[in-house]
Amino acid sequence: MRAYTPKDDVQAKAYYTDRFYVAPQVPKQDVSTDPVFAADLEAISAKFEVKESFIQVENMVIYINAKDIYAVLEFMRDSLEYTQLTEMSAIDWLAKDDTFEIFYQMLSMNKRKRTRIKFFIKNGDAVDSVEKLFRCADWSEREMFDMFGIEANNHPFMKRILMPYDWQGNPLLKTYPLEGDEFAAWYEIDKIYGKEAREAIGPEIRDTARVDRYDSERFARLGYEQPKGTKITGNEEPTVQSYQEEGGVFMVTKFDKDTSKIIDDPQR
Amino acid sequence: MAQHKVNYTQDGGLPVALTSIDKIVNWGRSNSIWALTYGLACCGIEMMASGASRFDFDRYGTIFRASPRQADVMIVAGTLTKKHAEFIKRLYDQMTEPRWVISMGSCANTGGMFNTYATVQGCDRIIPVDLYLPGCAPRPETLQYGVMLLQKKIRANSASKAQKPKRLM
Repeated sequence: MRAYTPKDDVQAKAYYTDRFYVAPQVPKQDVSTDPVFAADLEAISAKFEVKESFIQVENMVIYINAKDIYAVLEFMRDSLEYTQLTEMSAIDWLAKDDTFEIFYQMLSMNKRKRTRIKFFIKNGDAVDSVEKLFRCADWSEREMFDMFGIEANNHPFMKRILMPYDWQGNPLLKTYPLEGDEFAAWYEIDKIYGKEAREAIGPEIRDTARVDRYDSERFARLGYEQPKGTKITGNEEPTVQSYQEEGGVFMVTKFDKDTSKIIDDPQR
Repeated sequence: MAQHKVNYTQDGGLPVALTSIDKIVNWGRSNSIWALTYGLACCGIEMMASGASRFDFDRYGTIFRASPRQADVMIVAGTLTKKHAEFIKRLYDQMTEPRWVISMGSCANTGGMFNTYATVQGCDRIIPVDLYLPGCAPRPETLQYGVMLLQKKIRANSASKAQKPKRLM
C-alpha cells in the first residue's frame, strides 16, 4: 500500500514534483550593471529604505516598505522622470505566508526604462492610494479591491469596478473556485426571481459535454427534432428541414430550390 | 392618371384576397419581425452583418430597433454575464407581447466556453427562449435560417389575443 499523504493543502505545493526538477527562474542581474538604474536606485535609497533590488528582463525591481509607497512614487514621478504608472495590481501569497504582494510598474519615456516597485502587506491591511499622483490608479485600485479585497486608503470611490456592487467574494484569490461559489452560482436567480425560484429553475449545468438524447426539454437530436416535453423512444421519424410550410405561405412567394440560383463564386 | 395593375378579368374581377383573421395577423407578424439590437459580444458582429447589405434582413421585414418597446424579437447575440442578467430581464419585460427570443451562439445557449463564475450558463435561465442557434459564432446564414424558422413558428401559432404569454416561471 502507498503511504497516505494529506491533500487538503493542495495550494501550498504542486501535486507531483520531479525529484530533480528545478523550477526555472528568470535570471537576475545586479543593479550596478546598468548605470541609469544604478543612479535611480541611489536616489531612492538615499531617502527611503530599500529592502531588495535587482534587474530582471531589463526591469529594475525594488522592494520597499508599504508605508513609503506614496512618497516613493511621488519622488519617482517628480524627480526621476518616471512619469507613467502603466500597471498595478496584487499577487496572492495567502497560502504561503498570509500576505499580498503589491506591484507598481513605472515607465520613464525620457530614460526609456521601466521600474517595478513592490512591497508586501498582510492579509486585511490596506494600501495607500496613489490616485492623487496617477489618475490611472483610480481604476486599478478599484480593480484590486474588486479582485483581491485589498482596500486603498484615501481613494475617492472605493467600490467594485468589474463585478456587481452586491457581489460577494474576490474572484482573483487563489482560493476562489473558477466556476464560482454558491453565491455566484445562484447570483442572477436570487437577484431577479428570488431564492424561492432556485428549485423551479434548477442548478447550472456546468458539464459542457452533457448530452441526453432522451431529454426533450433541453436537447433536440439533429434531424429528429421533437416538440419540447415529448417522450423520446428512439424510433422517431426524421424531421424534414424546410424554410416554409408545405402548402406555401399566404402572400409570400414560395421558395423553390430548383429555380433559385446558387452562387459559387464568393468574389462575384 | 395612376397606372394600376389590377387585372379585372382575373380572380373574379376583384383585387381582393380572402383569408382568415389568424392568417392575416400572423402574416403581418411573421413578415415584420423587428429585432432588438442586442449585440453582447462577437456574435453581435455576425448579427450586424446579417442586417447589412450582403445578407439584408430588410428583405424579411426584420429591422433592428434600438428600443425594446418597438421590438418583437430579442436576438441575444453574445456572452451574457451575471452582472448584465438583470438588465436583459428588464429589457425583456419592456417588450410588448407577443414577443420572441432567439438565443444566438454557444455563449447565449449554454455559457459556451465561459465555464466561469461570471457568466450566466445559458440565457434561458433568465428569459424564455424560442430558438437556439448553435455556433461560435453562427454565420449570418444561420441567423437568416433562424429568422425563417421563427416566421414559421409564428405562423403555426394562433393569432388570438388569448394566447398564453411565455413566462420562465
